Order: sequence, then C-alpha cells, then structure tokens
Amino acid sequence: MTPLDPPAQKLTKKDFVSDQEVRWCPGCGDYAILAAVQRALPDMDVSREKTVFVSGIGCSSRFPYYMSTYGFHTIHGRAPALATGLKLANPELDIWVITGDGDGLSIGGNHLMHLLRRNVDVQLMLFNNRIYGLTKGQYSPTSLLGQRSPSTPMGSVDAPLNPTLFALGAGSRFVARGIDTSIKTLGDVLTEARAHRGASFVEILQNCPVFNDGAWDGVTAKDIASDTQMWVEHGKPLRFGKNNDKGLRIVEGGRRVEIVTVGDGGVPESELAVHDETNRTLAFLLAQLTAPEMPMAFGVLYRDPQPSYGQAVSAQNTQAMAKGAGDIDALLRSGHTWTVE
Amino acid sequence: MDTPVTESADGREILDSVVIRFAGDSGDGMQLAGDQFTQTTAVAGNDLATFPDFPAEIRAPAGTTFGVSGFQIHFASHDVLTPGDAPDVLVAMNPAALKVNLRDVPRGGLVIVNTGAFSKANLKKAGYASDPLADGTMAPYRVLKIDISKLTSDAVEHFGLGSKASLRTKNLWTLGLLYWMFDRDRAPTIKWLEGKFSKKPELAQANIAALNAGHVYGETAEMPQGIGCYKVPKAVLESGTYRNITGNEALAWGLAAGGRLAGLPVVFGSYPITPASSVLHNLAKLKHFGVTTFQAEDEIAAVCSAVGASFGGALGATATSGPGMALKGEALGLAIMTELPLVVFDIQRAGPSTGMPTKTEQSDLFQAIWGRNGDAPLCVLAPASPGECFHYAIEACRIAIKYMTPVIVLSDGFIANGAEPWKIPSFGDLPRIEVRFHADPEGFHPYIRDEQTLARVWVKPGTPGLEHRIGGLEKDFASGNISYDPKNHHKMTKVREAKILGIAKDMPQQHVELGNDHGALAIVGWGSTFGSVNQAVRRARAEGLDVSHIHVRQMWPMPSNLGELLRRFDKILVPELNNGQLYRVLRAEYLVPAQPLDKVEGQPFKVAEVLDAIRETLNA
Repeated sequence: MTPLDPPAQKLTKKDFVSDQEVRWCPGCGDYAILAAVQRALPDMDVSREKTVFVSGIGCSSRFPYYMSTYGFHTIHGRAPALATGLKLANPELDIWVITGDGDGLSIGGNHLMHLLRRNVDVQLMLFNNRIYGLTKGQYSPTSLLGQRSPSTPMGSVDAPLNPTLFALGAGSRFVARGIDTSIKTLGDVLTEARAHRGASFVEILQNCPVFNDGAWDGVTAKDIASDTQMWVEHGKPLRFGKNNDKGLRIVEGGRRVEIVTVGDGGVPESELAVHDETNRTLAFLLAQLTAPEMPMAFGVLYRDPQPSYGQAVSAQNTQAMAKGAGDIDALLRSGHTWTVE
Repeated sequence: MDTPVTESADGREILDSVVIRFAGDSGDGMQLAGDQFTQTTAVAGNDLATFPDFPAEIRAPAGTTFGVSGFQIHFASHDVLTPGDAPDVLVAMNPAALKVNLRDVPRGGLVIVNTGAFSKANLKKAGYASDPLADGTMAPYRVLKIDISKLTSDAVEHFGLGSKASLRTKNLWTLGLLYWMFDRDRAPTIKWLEGKFSKKPELAQANIAALNAGHVYGETAEMPQGIGCYKVPKAVLESGTYRNITGNEALAWGLAAGGRLAGLPVVFGSYPITPASSVLHNLAKLKHFGVTTFQAEDEIAAVCSAVGASFGGALGATATSGPGMALKGEALGLAIMTELPLVVFDIQRAGPSTGMPTKTEQSDLFQAIWGRNGDAPLCVLAPASPGECFHYAIEACRIAIKYMTPVIVLSDGFIANGAEPWKIPSFGDLPRIEVRFHADPEGFHPYIRDEQTLARVWVKPGTPGLEHRIGGLEKDFASGNISYDPKNHHKMTKVREAKILGIAKDMPQQHVELGNDHGALAIVGWGSTFGSVNQAVRRARAEGLDVSHIHVRQMWPMPSNLGELLRRFDKILVPELNNGQLYRVLRAEYLVPAQPLDKVEGQPFKVAEVLDAIRETLNA
C-alpha cells in the first residue's frame, strides 16, 4: 500500500480532529490553517494511520497534537531531519512537516535546505508570521527591517529572508504559497503539494494577532487584495486586479516583469506572460514580487518532479539486495581468516 | 625483544615476543606496511595487538615531524594484550620519523634507518642540527643503516614507473626485509598486491619486486654485529576461525548483526568525524543486510534522523566522537523523553573542543552519563577491546529495544583503529532480540509501560487505531498526554531513572579479571586500558603484590554488586586516559576512597606506568 491508496471508508473533517484542546491564542492564523488541513485531507483520500505530522518547536509546531493522525513534536528546527529518518525507515508513510519562520529558517535553516535539495518525499508547511510567537515576540528571519520587538527596541537591522526564494534556491522541486485565512485556496495548494512526489514546500502567510498583528495586511487586507495578490495557474496568463484587468509582461529579455493593463486601453492578453510551473527562472521572478509595488504571487509557483530521495535510496537498497540478503556469518568471515586447530 | 633463549632448526634466534614500530612520512605507506605485517603475522600463528598512530593532516608537508605516521605491532608466542610499551625494532624512513620515535626505543633496541632520506634538507626539516647517524645520537642502539630509497629504485627500475612512483614502493622493500628478519611468509602480501592492482599489473609486479628485493637483501647482505634473524613461535590460541578486526569494523558489523537478530531494518544516520567515520564507511557497504545509511548535513541531523527512524519502527543508530556528542545532546534528550530505542557509538578522542582528533582519550564518560539538560538518564556501555565492540554493539541494540532507551557505546580512537585477532562467533549462537510492536487499540495510550522493565510500548506508525502524538514535552504518567503537573513531572523523572537503573538486573554482575575479590588494592579500569592494566596487574602479582584487576564495561547503570565488591579492597586505583572521571563516579556512587591514575597525552598507558603506580600505591 502506498500513501496514495485510498482508505476503505471516506473520512470527514472531524475524523482528523484529535481529542486535545487547541491552545493557540484567540484569532491566531493557525486555527485557519488547521481547519484548511482538516477539511482538505478527506478529499485527498488519506488514511489516518499512514499520515504523520512532524514538527519542531514554536506555535506552529503544536499542530500535530491537534491532528488525530500519528504525530511527532520534536526539537527546535530539527523536524526536517527527523522526518528524513522517518521516511527512510518507513517509506509508506505520508509525512507532513510543520514549521515556522523561526523554526524552519533560523535554527533549522540548514536542515530545511538539505531536506529540499535531497528531495525527501514530504510536504513541508512553513507558517510565516514574521515573528517569534512562543518566546513572546522577538523579531524573526522574515521580520521586515525596522521591526520593533523586545530584542530590537530600535527596530530590526537584519535583512529579511524570502522563504519561497530560499526554497527555490535550495533546489526544491515544488514551491507554492498560500494564505492562512484563504482556507479553500490553501486546501487546493496543499492538495497539489501532497500529490507531488518529492519535497513540496508551501509558504503560508499567517497572522499573529498578539505579537505581530497585521503582519500581512499589506497583502491580505480585503480592500487591496485584488491588487496585491496574484494567483497563478499553469498555462494561464499572469493576471490580477479588480475585474482581472491587470497582468504581468516580461521585459528586458526576461530579467524583469512589469505591470500592464489588459484589454480596453491596455495591451492584448497575448502580450502577458503565461505561467509555466516548470520554468524555474520564471519562478524566481515570481517569488521576488512584493506588495505594494507588485502583486505577491500565490499558488503553485514551481513544480518539476524528479525522483525522490526515498526512491533513489530504495533503488540502491534493491540493487544491493539483488544478489540476496546478506549473510552475517559470511560477513564476519570476509577477507582474511585463519584457523587455529 | 626478549633475550633469545634458543635457536631454531634453521638457525634463527627464538624470541618470545617482539614489538615493531614502522614510522615514516604520511606518504610513505607505513599504515599499509603495518597492515600487511599484521595479516601475515596472524597467519604465522602469533597473537598480536596493533596501534596505528597517524597525524590529523592528510598530507602534511613532507619530511616534517608533524607529518610522521606510525604503526606499532606487538606479536608473541603467548597472548598479547597491548601493542607494547616500547618498540624493540624501529623502522625510520626519514629523519623526522627518527626524531619523533627514537625517544621510545629502549637502549639496545634495533633501529633500521633509510639513509637515502637523510639529506641535509630533510635533516633540517626534522629539526636536526647535525646528522644523528654521525654525531653519536645512535650510540645506545643497534643500528641498521640502509639506503632503502636507492635499493628500491634499483629493484624496480626496469618497470619504467618513473622515479617518484618507483620510490613509493619502498615500504614494500622494507616489509620484505622485515619478513626475512622475522620469518614471515611473503605469499599473503603478494596475493593481496595482485588483487589490489589487478587493473594495473605493472604496479603489482613492481611492488612485488620491491618486496622480494628487500627479502633478498636480508638473505644476502652481511648484517652488522648483533643483528640477525629471528623466529617467534606460534601462540597457543583457543581453537576456532580467527580474523583481525578493528573496533570500528566490529561496531559496524555488530550493529548489522543486532538489526538482524531483532528482525529490524537499521537506519544509521551519521556525519563524518575522526575517528568514527569508518563506522559509516563499513555500514554503507551493508545495504543488503537491511542497513540504510544516511550521511546527514550535520551531527544534529544525524542523530535526529536516527530518532525519526526509531519512531518509524526501525532501529535508529548513529556514530560520532566527542564534539559530535556535544551537538547530539538535545536529540538524546528527545529520545529519552519519547522513550525510543537509539544506538549511539561515541568513538572518543582527545578533547576538549577539537582537541587532538587522531589521538585517543577516555574523556567523554561524564558527557555520556550526564551530558544533557534535565535529569536525562540513559545506558552507557564500554567495550574493552576491538573484538568486544561486536558483542557490545549487539548488546546496545538489545537494551535499546527492550528498554526503549538510547544506549551509548563508548569506544575510543585506540580501540577504533587498533586490530586484534578475533575468534569469529557463529551467528546461530547469538541470542535473538525480541521486538514487540504494540498493535492492540484496547485501552491504548503511548506511555503504557511494561511492569517489569518499565519500558513504554513501541507502536509503528501505520498501525490502525493507534494514532498518537509524542514529543519532547513532559507526559502524563497515566494518559501520555502533555502534562505540566508538578507531581507528575517528579514521578516521570523517577520512572525514567528507575527504568535505566533496572537494566543492571539484566546485565552480568561485576567480576574480577585477575586476582582475588578482596585485598589490598583493586585497579579499576574501563574501556581500552584493559591490556595495559591487566598486564601490569599480572606482573605485580608475579612480584607477590596483593592487587586485583576489575574492569568495568557497564558504565551506566553500573553492575549491581560493584559497590560491595570495591568495599572489600583497602585501596582503589583507577587508571584512565582522562583527567579523572570514573574515579569520581565511583566515589560519588559508592563513597569508596578511589584514587585517580590519569594520563592525558593522547596515547595509551604503558604497562610500566600502571605497574609503577601499583607499587607506589601499595608502598604509600
């Protein structure tokens, strides 16, 4: 049985709700993400016993306790390493790694990079709220310059990291972006992530109402969302804006994209860039777009599957087994031996 | 070299035991020569022990003292416990090798010198102001001066390898000479060379020619007064099939055997580090034994991958050295908290920090027993020899699985790289390791414990109806849910401790290696000091001294009778290659007056050092 085989009986959202009381702060974006996952899983035809959520440390990393699947709440930053060993030990498991901007990009940045470049077959959700929540509000690797926090009373002077660019740079073969409260579209993105064999990276913009309220207002606020969000789809022109009246055109020989008006008084749709999720260069261009100057890109930015790490490892194991399982007695007697009468 | 007692039928002086040290530049092939001498000596039926001693630099500048690589072998017609205190024969391939090693050679020892490397430039690099071969430095020794470089070049000239490649065969020439001197058979080495260079037969032939030329030189050249040829009769060994084995090979094979005995796949996550890397290299070749190796991005990922694998129902394992152990501490705590099986090999080296990576030490004992945040108990074992590593790797698997705990096996650089003849066990004689995956949903929670062992249940993800969450947060004793209850934390701390201490009931009682189980003095050793300690106690007892040798292999929990045994001695001396660790544990645990005998030089104890300490302690 593989993770993609359907279970005998169709499960519902409540089948994925554990008996543990959810202890995030009221209004936390994590509630919406939890709901999106619990709602989307039944439609992915997963089985609870084959599903494992592995997390590190932080607010987001409480996630496994609230799922009625298998779960491992590990140590700070190391969930990708734990998940790699778990997948090697038990390739049939369907593994989700839950991390945050601090856990995944600060203390665990090294492990995240290696999970992605090795292409370990897991789905990794990075909750990006641009702040340390569990330790009470210090700035994180994705906090903006000038972010005031207990550890940066005069404002942060660290340049922030773009998680999606990081994932692309690390060689991830699946890179997507979603938003905590866009439960439907987030579910769609996660469904795509799960269908992808190999490491799937999903950055989720998440609000922290206590320590960084409005972290993403410049992108997610309803009144501006149509101009600040661009949801991309493979094979479709890159369009956004109220009435879908804007689009992106590639200029300067592919080095840059610019915003153009489409239709009346603007350019024809044929001049717009068409999203090609197998085009890594385009993915880099899209990942860099930030509001308000440009719309931020959401959906599957990049997808170009390659054999996963687990497949490559098991291929070697199978090859080594071709001549039969090893014999310990023969191993101990390999090389030079002699007999004493 | 003992005084020759008799002469063999073929005119060779018979010796009881010999210690030879090969020393040369890192590029001179001394480890290879030593390995070949070892294999051949094993075939000749002697007991033996070896000690490779090489620099950290892969290719240090040629001719310098810090680039000197050495290999010592002790072989005898009786059982051999140590690589020997001092070399009877020193082979010095260049001035630097002479400079570094001569101080260890006793007066009258034989020194074979390659005069071809004693150029002005090399003398200067070695720090010699004048030529030691001419200035009287060598007066206390028997010296055999041979231009090995030239004789080798002449011997292989007709192969047309070029001068550099020709010179590289001088280790084989030297080996040939020693084979003649100690009556060793060249055939195994010739066979090995033919195999190694099967794709480059001209190289095989050149090396064989060098080997033969060295041998012929011994047969034909007139030797100086006092230098002849010798024979070391066969040792009496228990009957059986033997091989030479290093500690790291034994750990790797023991882990593979442990996985097989348990019927579990092994996932071995490791990060390269001296002197542990060869455990990874050995295991990487064992995929067909159900071993998956994973070279992680760092020490932390290495142990974390192993913990993840154990959560997944495989046997997770890792290997490292001291600095890596420091990095693995937090993940060990996670394995302790989530009560998962985990096997950890710590091949100790000289510390702290980077210390002296290629030199041996026993200074990770405290780190292994106590080196984690919180009250975080686990099991620590310490094999005493390369061969014992096989048994203790299997024992670590057994305890890890049965008690759902990390187990640390403390080896060290000396055991890891040293070789000894090892009587090969039969796999069929090894007891199976029982594995019980819990599968019953009735009344299930993840911290249900076995009443006897206190081990929690092991559940393989994928088992329907047993979906559960575990993690590093404290768990409620009765439900396995997260708990911040003060009394519960106290109780869980005690339960974790009791589980580990209970392992003592499942392991052998402490026995006395040598001597009485009471008396004036107990020498309490652990790990790789076994040979020197045992030999020293043996000699002291032969002198009539009341001394016993106790060697601890179960470092935590310690054998249940150890305290009571130690109290039957008036004095306790604890020789350790550290600044005093086990002696402090013994004092803390048993309130006994243990005294330290510490040596922190990156080198094993010499028998004489322990023997002197025994005499001194008894006279005090």
